[in-house]
Amino acid sequence: MKDEYECVVIGAGPAGLAAALRCEELGLDVLMIESKERLGGIPLQCTHPGFGNFYYDENLTGTEFAERLLEKDEIEYVTEAHVSSIEYVSDLKKKVKVITPDGLFSLDTKTIIYSTGARERHRFETRIQGDRLSGVYTAGEAQTLMDVYGVMPGKRVVVVGSGDIGLIMARRFALENAEVVGVIEMQPFPGGLTRNVVQCLHDFDIPLYTQKIVKEIRGQKRVEEIVTADVDEELEVIPGSEEIIECDTVALATGLIPYTKILDEMEAEVIMDPVTRGPRVDENLETNLPGIFAAGNVLTINDYVDFAAYQGEKAAESARKFVEYDGMPSKDWIEVKRGKNVRSVVPQYISGDCEVTLNVRVKKPEPEVDVIIRETDERIKTTSVNPGEMLRLDISEEKLEDLENKITLEVRR
Amino acid sequence: MYKIAVIGAGITGSAIARELSKYENLEVLLIEKNVDVGWGATKANTGIIHPGHEDDPESHPLRAEVCVRGNRLWHDWAEELNIPVKWPGELMIAKDEKELDKLKKYRDIGKKNGVPELRIIASEDLRELEPKVNEEAKFALCAPTAGVIAPWEAVIALVENAVDNGVKTHLNTKVEDISVEDGRISSLVTEDGEIEVDVIINATGLFADEVSEMAGKDNFEITPRKGQYYLFDEDVEEKPDKLIHPTPTEKTKGVYAVQTVEGNLMLGPTAEDLDRKSKADRSTSEEGLEFIWKHSKELLGELPSKNRISKTFAGLRPEPPEGRYRIKSYDDIFGFVNSAGIRSPGLTAAPAIAHKVKDILIEDLNIDLIEKEDWKAEREGITRLSDQSDRKKRNMIKENSDYGRVVCMCKEVTKAEVLEAVDRIRKIGGKVTLDSVKFRTLALFGFCQGSYCRSKMTEILSEELNVPMWEIEVRGEGTPYGIGDVKTLQSSEEG
Repeated sequence: MKDEYECVVIGAGPAGLAAALRCEELGLDVLMIESKERLGGIPLQCTHPGFGNFYYDENLTGTEFAERLLEKDEIEYVTEAHVSSIEYVSDLKKKVKVITPDGLFSLDTKTIIYSTGARERHRFETRIQGDRLSGVYTAGEAQTLMDVYGVMPGKRVVVVGSGDIGLIMARRFALENAEVVGVIEMQPFPGGLTRNVVQCLHDFDIPLYTQKIVKEIRGQKRVEEIVTADVDEELEVIPGSEEIIECDTVALATGLIPYTKILDEMEAEVIMDPVTRGPRVDENLETNLPGIFAAGNVLTINDYVDFAAYQGEKAAESARKFVEYDGMPSKDWIEVKRGKNVRSVVPQYISGDCEVTLNVRVKKPEPEVDVIIRETDERIKTTSVNPGEMLRLDISEEKLEDLENKITLEVRR
Repeated sequence: MYKIAVIGAGITGSAIARELSKYENLEVLLIEKNVDVGWGATKANTGIIHPGHEDDPESHPLRAEVCVRGNRLWHDWAEELNIPVKWPGELMIAKDEKELDKLKKYRDIGKKNGVPELRIIASEDLRELEPKVNEEAKFALCAPTAGVIAPWEAVIALVENAVDNGVKTHLNTKVEDISVEDGRISSLVTEDGEIEVDVIINATGLFADEVSEMAGKDNFEITPRKGQYYLFDEDVEEKPDKLIHPTPTEKTKGVYAVQTVEGNLMLGPTAEDLDRKSKADRSTSEEGLEFIWKHSKELLGELPSKNRISKTFAGLRPEPPEGRYRIKSYDDIFGFVNSAGIRSPGLTAAPAIAHKVKDILIEDLNIDLIEKEDWKAEREGITRLSDQSDRKKRNMIKENSDYGRVVCMCKEVTKAEVLEAVDRIRKIGGKVTLDSVKFRTLALFGFCQGSYCRSKMTEILSEELNVPMWEIEVRGEGTPYGIGDVKTLQSSEEG
């Protein structure tokens, strides 16, 4: 490791790897830092396909996808390295402290690409009450156990949450002959991609219970049973709807939250988006702190690994520009506001003078609707929408003409 | 030589064991049914070192005495034993003149109990002192001597120090009976066999009634009182510096807003009386947590967003008849000493209770205690990389590269710390489980609650203990981390 870099990439998952590779291509002096022993991030433990359809135009498993990215490994990197702090010294200098088995290092860098991914929502962030028992895992933890360590968590499993991770883990348990009693979802619709509902649940006869929550986990030492309850449209429990399901394992797939810890601890404040819980960025994926960019799931939770990789590349291109010009050009930023049926939009600021890709998540499913800029009535796309599938909208600059200081994105008929 | 068995390695039993480890003519055994120390009432409580102005000396003279004295003693004990403690002081708040009268009542109780530095302050001073307090609060009784401590760290420190001074522990050992012969304690019977002893000190918290009954003293009942809590992330802005609480009721001290010694915001507890059989029910409920939420709103100006919850949990506190402490010996059974009914403020009182029990040995049992010349008051805590200066960090990693392997990212806990915890657990005769490592290193305590690092931690323990990962227990027997190899269900089907 040197004392100084043009770019430091923190986190070597799909976004970080794609970012570092692109930095290298663009001639930046880049260092990639990874906390685990191996590069690759979460896809390393994903033995199922569904990776790379866009990025490589091939359907790969997670492991294959990570390996494909790692084929070009001429990047300088360090593994088993924990970023302990980032100090924003000036717009051109950030100090990164790194703990590794070889020592404590302090590096100066002009730019940072923050691509640390997301953590799983844990039980205390859900409505689940009851006893504190063994046999409760987050879905990703269960996946790590099975596919990294070769350990079987339990035999009679309830999966909570029908996002992609929940669906995939339900199938994963079934493939090892565990009895998957069901997947429990509080919304009236499944949270994951349609292809996963079909391939993971229907093909394995695993029931999906919608508009239901787990109220309680009960048992003496290990989980013995759960108490479920039906919920109404407002997600309020319908009294008397409680039911008991016997199981020894609860796998929680109740959502991902950007892991922003080191940014949160910085003395200089990085402004976060209360909905995505990741940093607010402009179309260059730059945060409010000059030279600090974000990409991948720490920015917004992506359904496809490919999108995380694209964000990594975008951040790398921005970092390149930053290094070349000693800062990004000043612009009149237009804030993208959330209108009807729009839950989140990333980036949160656009300039209107170039093509931009918006990552948009809706609140509820709707068939055949228009995505519209309210202020100009400009129609961007007509499509059916579903909270489980992030919309990736490429908007040409012609559609962004004559905008004021804000626009509102709406999804409507 | 007297052989003394202290039953129960909670905060009181451990404090007693440590105190008795000072004497060379005592052979002290510390017996505990759990696989680690402090897993009963000690583990899950508010962690406050109370000033001592809430216990009426008329109705509860003993409680009042040991609370005030315990508060003073903790200053030395925490320093000697390297236990993290803070002394922020507390504010009992009042909304109107009527409640102001209650503040005066508690100030007067405090005066009688000898609590120093109490004063009633009015609105402006109150807000100056604690800007996070609810704006409805018009007056407060300010008690600067209140402190906060991590109770489980305190117990671990006490036991480590006791063991260092010769106390022998028997963890994972349940006492099944007590034998009395000719009016004297003769032995205690455990699952693992009979141990001859001269003195038994019953410090079994929730189970003190059952153990007392074994000795033939069955004139009281302990009922479990449940307390539920919210714990929030360290960086929530709504947390106060001072401990804030309402005027107490007959039954409880009420819901507190506390900044823990680790810097988290904690809200709670409830006070739910359970029946005598429910001494293991540590479940949380929506109703209980809502109760805390409602009452916390009266304490603080603003509450944090619920998506900043780090965890919720519940503990059980022992509730004796009339809330009365029983720290006493019996004329008809020589050698049996109860330290029973130790409800709130038991954590505060523990060092003073230990002194009290020592006095009982001297005065009631006529044991001449001879001080050890080489007794060690000090104990060092676990070495945490994150507490050190950069220069020290560099040296530590150079000497042991495991200090450069961060296992828990949220709390920045390294592999070296996990391994040190394993050594420390073994040294006191405990069982290495994920929870026992968690309470020593603080790994798994952060805002990811282990979703990132629990598998990695288990891998380290599995290598260290030389057992498969699925046999590592979360918290003792019946709680293994997995059920077997990933193919285990495939093979059982074929077979």
